Amino acid sequence: MLEFSILLPAILNGLTIGAIYALIALGLTLIYGVLHIINFAHGSLLMLALYGVFFLHSLFGIDPYLALPVVGIALFGIGYGLQRFVIGHAGHGRDENILLVTLGLSVIIENLALYLWRADTRTIETPYSFETLDFGIAFIAVPKAVAFAGALLVAALLWLLMTRTDLGRAIRALAKERQGAKLVGINVEHIFAMSFGIGCACLGVAACLLLPSFYVSPQVGHAFVLVAFTVVVLGGMGSFVGALLGGLIIGVTESLGGLFFGESLGQLGIFLIFIIVLLFRPTGLLGQKA
Amino acid sequence: MSDSILQLDAVVGGYGKMTILNGTTTSIRRGRITTVIGPNGAGKSTMFKAIFGLLPLRSGRILFEGRDVTGHTPRMMLDAGVCYVPQGRNIFPELSVRHNLELGAVALKDQSGLPDRVAAMLKGFPILAEKADSQASTLSGGQQKLLEVARGLLLDPKLILIDEPSIGLSPLMVQEVFGILKALRGKGVTILLIEQNAKQALQMSDYGLVLELGQTRIEDTAANIRADPRIAQLFLGGGLQPIR
Repeated sequence: MLEFSILLPAILNGLTIGAIYALIALGLTLIYGVLHIINFAHGSLLMLALYGVFFLHSLFGIDPYLALPVVGIALFGIGYGLQRFVIGHAGHGRDENILLVTLGLSVIIENLALYLWRADTRTIETPYSFETLDFGIAFIAVPKAVAFAGALLVAALLWLLMTRTDLGRAIRALAKERQGAKLVGINVEHIFAMSFGIGCACLGVAACLLLPSFYVSPQVGHAFVLVAFTVVVLGGMGSFVGALLGGLIIGVTESLGGLFFGESLGQLGIFLIFIIVLLFRPTGLLGQKA
Repeated sequence: MSDSILQLDAVVGGYGKMTILNGTTTSIRRGRITTVIGPNGAGKSTMFKAIFGLLPLRSGRILFEGRDVTGHTPRMMLDAGVCYVPQGRNIFPELSVRHNLELGAVALKDQSGLPDRVAAMLKGFPILAEKADSQASTLSGGQQKLLEVARGLLLDPKLILIDEPSIGLSPLMVQEVFGILKALRGKGVTILLIEQNAKQALQMSDYGLVLELGQTRIEDTAANIRADPRIAQLFLGGGLQPIR
């Protein structure tokens, strides 16, 4: 049996990456919960955000953490615009159209990135890239610790936004009762776009937290979006707490999987857990029945 | 007509290839209760959706207080002073009663008076006041209907379109809802009502409007319509004999 001193760092590492998964999944689950669409462009938009962080750093020397407000707001704007002027119009309110539109968007964005920035894998170097924090029994890289704390903080802010503000109430009202929302005069198009924008802003934040310890390439979105989909389904479609919990579980599973089965098979555990949960709880951990 | 608040002028509309409203023309009196009756598929609910801007017209015009409101969005209709309480449940189940009411005033430009309005509304609906902080999904069917009506009233509408409010309610609750409608009429609010319980609805109404196949067949006082033998025939399943 493995020793505690090996197991614990693996779990902590898993929690840090899990928090990032959770953040990405939160965006996805928000968009799903309100608009009832699966945003296939989620990974491509994350990639776009990562390039944004990368270029802000390499061209202007802006620290990724300082770039957070800029990238977050930029991604919000992109998301708002995409929903309001592209997805909403092209979808004609039909789910299958919207699905194809987001899929098409992801193909366009990815190939545009490939054309503009080539397939190279790029990283940035920050003064703290290789710093570690000593937790006594385990060392955690500073960027990962920041990512963990940042992701949880943003998740908490998002929760406050959803439960404590008028915007959040309007979003939740619209998610559950479109007809009722129209009746009271909620601007449905605007709130849809706001939800999509907020979902994308999560990606902007995730990108800033991620890049100091990760890389960017035109395909980088795939690695995350597949896991994020898994997290969303595992946690329960549209459930906030579910996405958070699911993200952390998946992160730890992946990390432990890597430890036991080797790095290349690390994701095997994710899908094992995924299948087991769905066998016994088809609605996901915290999902509601349809 | 000076005492008319709402006019439909040869309104044509429907869903997809189906035409439901076939040139509906009518005029609704201000400050009165008018009950719309007619067989299933006559276009009663469709007419309400068309008035509130939820259904685009193919042709025809809708005038509210003399102003052309054809093609207005629901938001614009709310601003104009129209509220719509459709069939079924349209409250926000996950939010508290209070938040449901607050959302009823989303369209309000000046939000500063909102707490007072909500407080006043709760005072008018003691059942809702009791459950102000409970999740709306925990209310009974009748209470949910009251909440929906209260939410609609929050903007002080001049005209209320209310579709089948009594469906699924206990007789006692039906009395309560009807009582509220009568009280609103006392305050000068115009009410346009669809009701499957036509007899009871016509008893408290001032006017009746009989629709068939998307056209107005009879417009008269409620008393005359109650006494009209053709109405009985209509509700026994037969169609109307052609008038004239």
